[in-house]
Parts: sequence; C-alpha cells; structure tokens
Amino acid sequence: MSDVHAQTVAYVRDTMLPEQSPPLTEKGAIKWLRENLFSGWFNTVLTLLSLLVIWYTLAAIGPWLLNSVWNAGSLSECRRILDGTSGACFAVINDRWHQLLFGFYPPALYWRPVLALVLLFVALAPVLFFALPRKMLIFSGLYPFVAYHLLWGGSVWLPISAVLGFVAGYVAFRLLSRISALVAVFGAVLAPVLWWIFAAGAFDSTMSSILPLGLDFVRSDRFGGFLISLVIGVTGISLSLPIGILLALGRQSDMVFVKSVCVIFIEFIRGVPLITLLFTASLLLNYFLPPGTSFDLILRVIIMVTLFASAYMAEVIRGGLAALPKGQYEAADALGLDYWKAQRLIIMPQALKISIPGIVNTFIGLFKDTTLVVFIGLLDPVGLSNAIRASTDWNGIYWELFIFIGALFFIFCFGISRYSMYLERKLKTDHK
Amino acid sequence: MSTTSDQTTISTPPKPAFRLSMLLYDQRYRSITIQVFFLFMLMLGAAWLIDNTVNNLRALGKDFSFAFLNNPAGYDINQRPIEYNSQMTHGRAALVGFLNTIILAVLACILATVLGVIAGVLRLSNNWIVGRLMTVYVEVFRNIPTLLWIIIFGAIMTEAMPAPSAFRGDTPAASMLFNDSVAITNRGVYVPSIEFARDLGTLTIGPVSPDISWLLVFAIIAVGIVANKKLIDHATAVQNATGVRPKTWWKSILILLGPIVVYFIALGAHLEYPELRGFNFAGGTHMRNSLIAMWLGLGIYTGAFVAENVRSGILAISRGQSEAAFALGLQPGKTMRLIILPQALRVIIPPLISQYLNITKNTSLGLAVGYMDLRSTLGGITINQTGRELEGMLLMMLIYLAISLTISGAMNVYNSRVKLKER
Repeated sequence: MSDVHAQTVAYVRDTMLPEQSPPLTEKGAIKWLRENLFSGWFNTVLTLLSLLVIWYTLAAIGPWLLNSVWNAGSLSECRRILDGTSGACFAVINDRWHQLLFGFYPPALYWRPVLALVLLFVALAPVLFFALPRKMLIFSGLYPFVAYHLLWGGSVWLPISAVLGFVAGYVAFRLLSRISALVAVFGAVLAPVLWWIFAAGAFDSTMSSILPLGLDFVRSDRFGGFLISLVIGVTGISLSLPIGILLALGRQSDMVFVKSVCVIFIEFIRGVPLITLLFTASLLLNYFLPPGTSFDLILRVIIMVTLFASAYMAEVIRGGLAALPKGQYEAADALGLDYWKAQRLIIMPQALKISIPGIVNTFIGLFKDTTLVVFIGLLDPVGLSNAIRASTDWNGIYWELFIFIGALFFIFCFGISRYSMYLERKLKTDHK
Repeated sequence: MSTTSDQTTISTPPKPAFRLSMLLYDQRYRSITIQVFFLFMLMLGAAWLIDNTVNNLRALGKDFSFAFLNNPAGYDINQRPIEYNSQMTHGRAALVGFLNTIILAVLACILATVLGVIAGVLRLSNNWIVGRLMTVYVEVFRNIPTLLWIIIFGAIMTEAMPAPSAFRGDTPAASMLFNDSVAITNRGVYVPSIEFARDLGTLTIGPVSPDISWLLVFAIIAVGIVANKKLIDHATAVQNATGVRPKTWWKSILILLGPIVVYFIALGAHLEYPELRGFNFAGGTHMRNSLIAMWLGLGIYTGAFVAENVRSGILAISRGQSEAAFALGLQPGKTMRLIILPQALRVIIPPLISQYLNITKNTSLGLAVGYMDLRSTLGGITINQTGRELEGMLLMMLIYLAISLTISGAMNVYNSRVKLKER
C-alpha cells in the first residue's frame, strides 16, 4: 500500500486552514486611503494640496466664525464685546432679522406674508408630490389670488372679480365648445378680457360699497428683503412654465406667422441682458402706456422677469420636444387625437420629463436673477445689505450679511435642484 | 387602362365648394383663420404701443433722434482702453464702454474655461477628497447669485486688501508678490506691463488708434498659427501617403514662438514693474478693483457651470468607446486625444458657448461695483444726462443683441460642422 499518497509523504493536512484576514494595508481605512487618496504620486499631490486648501480656509474662517457675537445693537458694541479679538458679528442678522425678511412691511402685519408662505407650501404640495389627493389642486389654482390678497391687502372683491374673469372664460369655453373648438378657444380668451375691462371694476366697487371686506392695503414700496425675492421668484416661476410651453409650441408650429413671431420674441429676449429689460420696465414703460397710467413697480418687474424666463423656458422645452422620437407624434396622429389632445396626452408629458433638468435650471436662474431688482431701486436682500451698511449702527459690516444672504439663496436653490433629482428618479420609466 | 382611370375617378372625392364655415371647421383653412386673428391682435397691440409712445414723446416735448451721441459727454471713465476724456462725445463714451464690456467678457470667459475644465475633470477623479472639494465649489457657486459674488469680491478687494501705504517702510505690513512684480492693494492690482523701447507709433482707423507694435504682435501670432496648421496638414498628408508621421513638434514651437521672440528682441521689449511712488503705485498695468471684482465674480461663478458641462460631456461618452480604443491597441493618451476628446467636445462646446453668452450678458452687472461697461456709460450716465431713455436703451439693447447673435451664430456654425454625419 505504499502507493497511497498519505504513506509516501511525511505529513498531509486533512483540514482546511482558516481564512486569514487580509494584510493590514489591504483592508479598512488604510486600503480606502490608499485607493482613494494616495493611489499614485499625482493623486498624493492633489490630496495634499486639497488638505492644504481646507486647512487654510478653516484657519482663516474657523476662529472668526466660532468667536461670533449674536447679541449686540451695533457694530461698535460688537467690537467692544469682542474686545480686540477677531470674530464675526452675526448680531446684525439678529438686529435686522425682520428687515432682511420683510423689508419695510408693517410689523403688525407680518402674519400675512408668513401665512402666505405657509399656504404656498400647501398649494405646492399637490403639484410636487403626486401621492396627495388631486382635490388639493383646486386650492393651488386659487392660491395666487389668496396670496395677492394676503400680501397687498385692499378690498377682498378685487381678487374675487379677477377669479370671476377666469370663471367667465371657463363658462364661455364650455358653452361655445358645442359650436366649435376654435370658437370656444377664442371665447375663452375674449370673455375674461371683456369681463376685466368692462365689468370687473364696477363689480369691485359695487360689492365693496355693499359689503366692505378686506385687509389693510400695503403699498409695494413697503415690500423688501426675501419677501420681494420670493414674490417675484415664485410668480415668475409659476407663470414662465406655461408661457414657455406655448412659445415652444409656437416655435414648432407650421403656421409661418406664429412661428416667426415666437422666434423673434425668444431670440430677442435671450439676446439682451435681464437688466436692460428691468430698466425698460422702470424707465420706458411710461412711454409705452397711455399718459397718466402708472402701475406698480413690482408688477412691472414680475412681468419682465416672467417674459425673460419664459424665453429661456421655451428653448429648454423645444429641446425636449426635439428629443422626442418622431414615432410619438405619428402614433398620436394614428390614434386620431387632435393637436391639443396629442400635446396634452402624448407629447408634453414626455417632452417635459426630458427637459426637467433644464426647466429646473431655469427656475434656479430666475430665482437668483431676482437679485438684479436692486438696480432699479427695489430693496431685495442685496439692496438691504447696502441699506443696512449705510446706517450708523452697522456701518462697515460686510461678510456677516453676505454669508446670511448667500446661505438663504443656497438653501432655496440647492433644495430646488435636489427636488428635481428626486422627480427625475421618480419619473424614470426606462429600463434600468 | 380604363379600370385604373375608373378607380381614380371613384377614389378622388368631388372638390367641395368653399364655404365660409370651412374657415372654422376645415383643417386646411383653419390655420389661416388663426393666423389672421393672431396678426390682427398683434398689429392692434403694436399700434397701441406706438401710438402711446408718440403721444408721450410729444407731451414731453421730445423727439426721437440719436443726435445726442455727437454731444460732449462731460463725464470721466476710469478705465480707458482707447483715448477718451470728458470733452469727447457720448458716442465715444459708449464705444469705451463697449470695449470695456468686451475686455471683461474675454477675461472672464478664459478664467471660467480654465477653472471649469479643471474642476470638471477633477470632480470625476477617483481621489475622494478632491472630488468632494470640487463638488463643494460647484454647488456653492452655482446656487448663490452672481450679483452677490461680484459684490463679495468687490468687498474683498476694497476691505480686505492692504492700502498702498502698507507696502512702505523697512518692515512693511504687506509685500508684493512674485519677486516684487505684482502688488495687490485696496486700490486695485498692479501687474508688470510689456513696454517697447522702440515705438512704431499708432495707426488711426476710424474712431480708434491702436498701437502698431501691438497690432504687429497679433499679426505675427496669427500668421504663426496659420503656418503651423499648414505644417500639421502636411504631416497628416505625409502620414496618409507613407504611414509614417514626420516629427513636427520642434518645428511647431519654432514657427509659433520664434518670430515673436525675434520681434520682441528687435523692438527692445521689456517688463515695466509697478513701483510705490508717493501715495500710490506707478508703472505697470493697473487693474482696477471693479475689473478684478467683475472678473473673479463672473469667472469663478460661471466656472462652476462650465465644470458641470465638462463633467457631463465626459460622462456622456460610453465606456464602450474607450474599451474599443484599447482593443485597437491605442495607448491611454492617444485614446483620450483621438477617441474620447473629439466626441466629448461635441457635447461640451455648445453649452460652453452659451455660458460665454451668459458671461457677456452678465457683464452688464458692472454697475454694482462701478465697472464702466456699456451699461454704465451708454445705458447709465449718458441716459441720465441727456434724458434720452428710449434711444439709449434701444441702442444698448441692439448692441447686446448683436454681440449675442454673433456668438450664437458662431455656435451654430460649430454645431453644423461637428454634427454626427448619419447615413
């Protein structure tokens, strides 16, 4: 039996060795460090440089931030508390908190913008999250009028008569759609216009004299701070999407005249800086309107910002429309859908989904662009930072205000972009 | 024959007579109705606006004329790329502003491209800390308004930088950078300038009179680039014919740099360093705070957007492309240069150019830090002094529109050249 293996060699192991743990350099933190930070001379240099940058930034800002003063009435008081050491004086935020948020809005009425903001989230919720009941969309539709009334106040009948205009348009559409879809559309456009021009004013004044209901009126020049950024931004965002869709469709239209008007409008708006449009709103609008008309500066700015953003939006959506395969259009035609039904049911849902990143970028851009209103004398946060610095108490304060304003804008814009990522993931239907 | 003709007659419906109701119900005519209605409303609106404008101008006793451009401006501009003083015309002031706009736009575009490419590539690096750092850069700059950044950089320049007097004395509180050549003060940045010992005088072309020595520099560089392209084309032709690519790198360097070096030596070019004289620095080139703030603000802000474009451009190239290149036996460097970059650039360049467009339009924020661009001269002081809002704004919008259309025209040319040639 000498050919049996076990008897020809001195020792044979008949059990497996236990698995050994990997060498120290190939596991845990060390492996991670080697792979991610020091995988070659170039990466090592980059890592060391980055650490240097971080270290310098922290060393420059860290102590200044940590040693900050939060309660003081003026910059000199801040400096007295700091007693020669370097430190931030965030007391200015504390001191001017209401001004930075509301501008010169009457303090007794702060509850109104706050309530409008809370209701904004309620109105946005069904638009943003599909799980919520669809009935809530009714409130979303009414929200602009509610918000207008809360922010500016005045007679309650003014926003109601505005709503009635839309109701008139809807009724006209319903009645006329028995005759022809086209007539119905004309009617839906004309009825509210006629209502607003001829009947709304009379309705407002008679109802106000019968039942004077309303809130204290707040003039537009009392608005300021983040209130103004939000008002302009939110209105611009919600109006620019539908107008942008119409412009994009117009640009794709077969009707030569409609198409060329849309192209000229879009290219003109995209070719000039927003600030020239804002100056047009503040300087030139008086030339274009009948003598003696003056209408609210904030409203003019909102119109201009909306037009500006809708031109960009139109281009974004045109990109989405162009990215859609031709088969989708043909399939819609083959199903016998008319133009608007095809757009509403087949084309737009897909085109909008493709263009979500671009749409959100335009929204964020619009919100950031609201800071430009400082150039035409509205006191948005940036304008207020100049105004605060001009006061004797806070003369010479820079960084704390900038950090605060920047942080608020960052939170908003970053939040919007994160939501868009969520939406993209949620709407993704292709194969993973 | 007869059957087919019969079928034709049967399948062709009788052409119905035109009825008025077809304007509403028939798809063939409905678009005409819509367009006529649209045109009518539009003309009504335009007529209303023009009528109002004419009435308003008459009520104010103003006419519509651009004659104010020939009147003396009466204001100073602190940054003058061409000869200008307050006795010169509003038109001249607008030209100075326009040139300032262009200078700022070009500087900011270069900075944004450099920063954006670096940050975009590094954000994809597998180095964890660098990737995170670049993400922080991109997100922080993208989500905070440009205007705020411009104002912040303006404040950094005026508040955090040392006064020129800090450079004085035996133990100065501040010192110049790069071997006493660059001084960063709260009055601006002073950098060395290139001066020629032998001057060739100036050339007068219409309203501007550029320096001949500098014009020649640009001419020599342009000729060098063209000659280099010829050389490379020749090398490619040789390679196609023989399969061996002749070495061209030293010839390229010679063609591109040789003439310019010879020219500089011939004209006695030397650097003029800024020096502290009296209360301020003199000599060299003075870059004002306003320019620096705008440059950094626009450049770094837009760089974050460019970084995203670069990153998405590189990510857009599917892995199969580089794998295919490796399978062909191409080295990593050549894979990048011949396979990945040409494809990635096609994705990167169009949004990059629209970022350039944004930079150009955002230069109009110069007012925030007192940069005298087109907006501040023609659209600011000139309008305020002459009261010609309508003409001034119109002219300014047209100029911006012309710049934008030029840039987007260039983009369209590029797009059509690099478009995928599909069967």
